[in-house]
Amino acid sequence: MRPPFWRGKPGPSHRGDSEGIAFNRRTLLGVGAALTGTLALGRNAAVAQGEGASPPADAPWSQSLGAGVVDRPYGSPAEFEAGVIRRNVPWLTAGTESSISFSPLQHLNGIITPNGLFFERYHAGRPDVDPKLHRLMIHGLVERPLLLTMDDIVRFPSVSRIHFIECPANGGMEWRAAQLNSLQFNHGMVSCAEWTGVKLSTLLEEVGLKKEAKWAMVEGADGAHMNRSLPLEKCLDDCLVVYAQNGEALRPEQGYPLRLLVPGWEGNVSIKWLRRIKIGDKPWHSREETSKYTDLMPDGTSRGFTWLIDAKSVITFPCPEKPLHGPGLYEIRGLAWTGRGKVKRVDVSVDGGLNWQTAQLHEPILSKALTRFSMPWRWDGKPALLESRVIDETGYVQPTIVQLREKRGTNSVYHNNAIQTWQVKADGSVFDVQLS
Amino acid sequence: MFSFRSGQMSGRALASRLVIASEAKQSRKPRSKNWIASELMLLAMTAFCWFSVPSSASAAEAGHFGYGTTPTAEQIAGWDIDARGEDGVGLPPGKGDVATGEKVFAEQCAACHGTFGEGEGRFPKLAGGQGTLKDDRPELTVGSYWPFAPTLWDYINRAMPMPTPHTLSSDDVYALTAYILNLNNIVPNEFVADRDSLPKVRMPNRDNFIWTDPRPDTAAEPCMSACRDPKSVTISSTAEGRDLTPRTTGPLDDMQPK
Repeated sequence: MRPPFWRGKPGPSHRGDSEGIAFNRRTLLGVGAALTGTLALGRNAAVAQGEGASPPADAPWSQSLGAGVVDRPYGSPAEFEAGVIRRNVPWLTAGTESSISFSPLQHLNGIITPNGLFFERYHAGRPDVDPKLHRLMIHGLVERPLLLTMDDIVRFPSVSRIHFIECPANGGMEWRAAQLNSLQFNHGMVSCAEWTGVKLSTLLEEVGLKKEAKWAMVEGADGAHMNRSLPLEKCLDDCLVVYAQNGEALRPEQGYPLRLLVPGWEGNVSIKWLRRIKIGDKPWHSREETSKYTDLMPDGTSRGFTWLIDAKSVITFPCPEKPLHGPGLYEIRGLAWTGRGKVKRVDVSVDGGLNWQTAQLHEPILSKALTRFSMPWRWDGKPALLESRVIDETGYVQPTIVQLREKRGTNSVYHNNAIQTWQVKADGSVFDVQLS
Repeated sequence: MFSFRSGQMSGRALASRLVIASEAKQSRKPRSKNWIASELMLLAMTAFCWFSVPSSASAAEAGHFGYGTTPTAEQIAGWDIDARGEDGVGLPPGKGDVATGEKVFAEQCAACHGTFGEGEGRFPKLAGGQGTLKDDRPELTVGSYWPFAPTLWDYINRAMPMPTPHTLSSDDVYALTAYILNLNNIVPNEFVADRDSLPKVRMPNRDNFIWTDPRPDTAAEPCMSACRDPKSVTISSTAEGRDLTPRTTGPLDDMQPK
């Protein structure tokens, strides 16, 4: 005898609808049976609205049989997490194909960004590349040009590394003034994952570099054939050609089936949908390293090849999206990172930078990876100005926006790694502000 | 794989190293454990260096793994689309003039970039802005900002038109390049763009780029207490009430500029 649930898929009523959970008849009966004692005294409505202090001892989901294995063969988040998504600023770009989306840092915990929430940056939309047809060509000043299939690439010795990727335009809307009241939109162009692939040095040794080789041009298979120049020292140091992200194949949004990973450098050089590496003796000065990704200074000069991501930190709780609810003990939490190596120390201020305390760093503390910090804070309910300041292993200290403006003005777009100030009001609400 | 590779890469050198080590073992008695450890460390470091620093010597040994295929000349030619900005190396044969460029631009580009490169909506402006780079609101265009003319050919060829990339002929790309340079008053009406003429075009902003990163350019001090006068801490700007922030809960926002 098979139990009733075995007979086939439950009807649509079991699955819920767009407004949330819809219980099937059996579940509703179960709830009815449970509505005894205090719950029977007309309080179920309050419980349903989340106002009650006493959830039912045996909730509906405890009184029914759950869905079986492979109900969702590729898992997905709980439906209550539907608002935890990448978001864009629609007024920022002409369309979504050459645009950016931001990772919801306010909802994330730990140092690893889930693959579906990793920030996006496209220059010609997201190509859906067939891995069987994808090739990587390595040519130019090499002894033996190579054309590699994905199967070929996976055969090479593999390594896994945890690294962040940050778009250098992260925070770029805040050079002039505080504009966006959001952790997600001010800092969400950074994400961190475990990447698996082959060292670029392995591939370059395989093709054999000629003596005059000094630069590599890396190019994507997207419609823009996005390309950048990289000095060979960096290519041979720690660059990876990766096909996996957090244990699974790269997402199409992240360059499936193959991308370059340039640890600690601006995200733009980590070419997605990597199709070609050409070795040369000089840089290419492509559009993306002349017209864009250069930093205009107040004197009219511009800085080019500013690849490094300087040390940066931000408090992720509290933040505009996650305010405080009344005085009491809280744990201030945040993330810090640096393209120069490891985070050495993070200090936190609750008075706008007058006084600082050193926060606790959480393991693992990895080179060129997001690093967690926290500090307990008993909030007295008075207005506060929260800041964090990272110092990396080279001794570099995260600057204020005032210090950055003194050197770079307000039109350099990229590489704003300023200290973020969150204004906490007496009602617990949090706002993005800048201090004089 | 790794040890196999480093052994192959420098097998002879590694072998001689081992011989030296074993000879030393025989001649020096007694040996301390530390000596063995340091010798092993040296071996490991040497192997590591051999592996991680490719040199012209490794070039001679290219193709160790032997995976993949050697691309044919035709395959390389098909993929090898780049043209270098500074010297134009890689520019293909062909040519295009300003008048042709104007026609192609009207058909292929003007919908987004405007008839005269003024830019529609939030699409990039391609012309104008010269002399504005020190202004409070600088205009960065091909004419005011781009340092190298061949980069323009390369970019149009690799990425434009956005909805139908890689559909223009080399001649059309040359013509568009000529037209956009002409819109910026950088080349005369009779200019013909080709692989010889483009690298010789002197872009107005050519010498205003510094190609070495001057950072760190801030010297912040990690002061811990009484770091500044409390009265000097004032809020200079706030995002509150600016009405620029899309919502961060519920469905995606489609807010447009106010």
